[in-house]
Amino acid sequence: MRASLFITCYNDTLFPETGRATTRLLERLGVELDFRQGQTCCGQMHANSGFRAEAFSQAKRLIRIYEDAEALVIPGSSCVAMMRDQYPGIFEELGNESQRRELDAFLPKVFELSEFLVDKLHVEDVGAYFPHRVTYHASCHGLRGIHLGDRPFKLLSKVRGLEYVALEHMDRCCGFGGTFSVKNPEISQAMLTVKLHDVLSTRAEFCTALDNSCLMHLGGAMHRQYAAMRTIHMAEILASTEDAPAEALA
Amino acid sequence: MNTAILDPKLAPPFREAVLPVLRNPMLRKNVAHATEVIQNKRARLVAEKTDWEELREAGSAIRTHVLENLGAYLLQFEERCTAAGGVVHWAGTADEARQIILDLLRQENATEAIKIKTMTSAEIQLNPYLEAAGVTVHETDLAEIILQLGKEEPSHIVVPALHINRSQVREIFSRTMGLKDLSDDPKELTGAARHYLREKFLRVPTAISGANYLIAETGAVAVVESEGNGRMCLTLPETMISVVGIEKVLPRFQDLEVMLQVLARSATGERMNPYTSLWTGVTPGDGPQRFHVVLLDNERSAILARPKERQTLKCIRCAACMNHCPVYRQTGGHAYGSCYPGPIGAILTPQLMRMHHAESLPFASSLCGACYEVCPVKIDIPAVLLDLRADVVNRERKQAKRAFDLMYIGLRIANTLFSRPWIFHATQRLGRIGLRLFTAKDGWIKWMPSIGGRWTENRDLRGLPDQTFHEWWAARAKEQK
Repeated sequence: MRASLFITCYNDTLFPETGRATTRLLERLGVELDFRQGQTCCGQMHANSGFRAEAFSQAKRLIRIYEDAEALVIPGSSCVAMMRDQYPGIFEELGNESQRRELDAFLPKVFELSEFLVDKLHVEDVGAYFPHRVTYHASCHGLRGIHLGDRPFKLLSKVRGLEYVALEHMDRCCGFGGTFSVKNPEISQAMLTVKLHDVLSTRAEFCTALDNSCLMHLGGAMHRQYAAMRTIHMAEILASTEDAPAEALA
Repeated sequence: MNTAILDPKLAPPFREAVLPVLRNPMLRKNVAHATEVIQNKRARLVAEKTDWEELREAGSAIRTHVLENLGAYLLQFEERCTAAGGVVHWAGTADEARQIILDLLRQENATEAIKIKTMTSAEIQLNPYLEAAGVTVHETDLAEIILQLGKEEPSHIVVPALHINRSQVREIFSRTMGLKDLSDDPKELTGAARHYLREKFLRVPTAISGANYLIAETGAVAVVESEGNGRMCLTLPETMISVVGIEKVLPRFQDLEVMLQVLARSATGERMNPYTSLWTGVTPGDGPQRFHVVLLDNERSAILARPKERQTLKCIRCAACMNHCPVYRQTGGHAYGSCYPGPIGAILTPQLMRMHHAESLPFASSLCGACYEVCPVKIDIPAVLLDLRADVVNRERKQAKRAFDLMYIGLRIANTLFSRPWIFHATQRLGRIGLRLFTAKDGWIKWMPSIGGRWTENRDLRGLPDQTFHEWWAARAKEQK
């Protein structure tokens, strides 16, 4: 199977290990993966900040770049949610008929990583090995935006050695919210404090998610507080094997 | 003493307004506890309905249909209500509504009025207006009594005194009712309120209410409540004046079947609210003999004219959105500077102000989507928040003050980067070097200047890695060749 990787702007810049892990994982599963250097951002930051025209132009760019892709895999649930939830409205408001047709052709090709594994590759056991105690935070956009449902749990449950510990109030927001975290930093931090309490109470070694934006928020606070926990994108857990453990363990 | 300003024209921006709240542990504990209790009750009762999603769908369809045919249903309501002996008044603005109500009270020679809990009256700031005109208003809802006696402002639309706990209620009652030995036992507290109220019910012949629904088909007005004090206001007084937003109309009596089911479960986590009162005009020998309905527009027509934001008016004021909102749960209602707090307030208040006030509210959300998930009439609150954000930006970006706003500048620069990959990549490389200045030996950034400092205030940020993903990919491709 052939697929294209959309790595997202913040993974490219801040979390390249998530991209490397996604690449390793998908190639191990036999996917012929390509990556297009012209990609930048899905437009979410601008759309969520009220800069809709800019978001529209970034969306058009992205769609053009992946016009001939067979499937698009994205290790970032909020970017997928941006495409599915926001692109149609933005194209309705600012686009023309042919742009809307391009969008209609584009959206069915978009897969969040766990969707791609479970729905497209029909695989739950990806052959991963990760002998650690792990909790999972269901990022808002993955949970309520694109309804990932039990896919993440199916994947985690098949990882050898992994001890899963449930997170109380798993569905509650960590307070990141993109520019919200710097536009309303005080309330964002108050939300983070509450969330972090639940996360640290699991006494897991790692908190994982399918979106590095929440993990950047939680991980940043863990690091500040010298907490006995780290964050790790689920792609890195799924890519991890006995021979090639996750980079985070190095 | 409470210092909240619930006038959107005067309230400080959200970011400023949350500061005193965040430093008030008792308020935050009260809000967190109360919302958690309601959340859990709601979750249990929603889970027992196998057709909950269908009920939400039906609730949404009814409310959407009403808004698409609002004029016709309002006229039908006016006709039926009038035929049943009620008098219908139309108020274009809050000011008109207040004036109409005061004129009606003067016709009655009323110097006092008892009130059923109504958020609409808070919206038009009716109490201070009437008090200034010499009419004493007595709230009869237990929570509203607590607020009125304690000189507090409502922080929630269903449980307005949610930010106040039992021992604070004891203090307020003991102080204002002169009950030195009052304990904080709920039975004793409600007993004190009952005693306080009974005298008002027996003495004051004029009542003011809002309404949960107007029934176009029959001309009936419906109020749902938990305590029965509203029912008392509908039984003893001679005159009833109801002030109701024009969006509250339902086509048929039968529609209550859906609306009452979704409202009670969403609002208080009950299968049915304890008291549901419906009255149609005037019934000789039973209840108030003079009945007025003041239909309030107050910018609702303007919201109705905005196709994407129109869904705001579907709201049935259940407050499930605020109970589930991670922002509201930290702040309570006062920070929203309006009697309508939480997610629904964040979209309703700025629109009631024609976007000239409260424009920080659409940004007071992490867009987590919990509000939409629980809304019993499926208002896509995050989508409306985004529309309003775009409105604010479209207006503000032309203003000179934004020329130096770092957030605006940053987003403009980001757009340039995202439009041209080679500039994006060059900036990543530059950033890697530039941020080294702030990166500690362990590879993490613990302090950044300016807006970056809002992040590093209590979170670290990992320093930029030596290789971006696209650089890694390019290097790997080269090797493989």
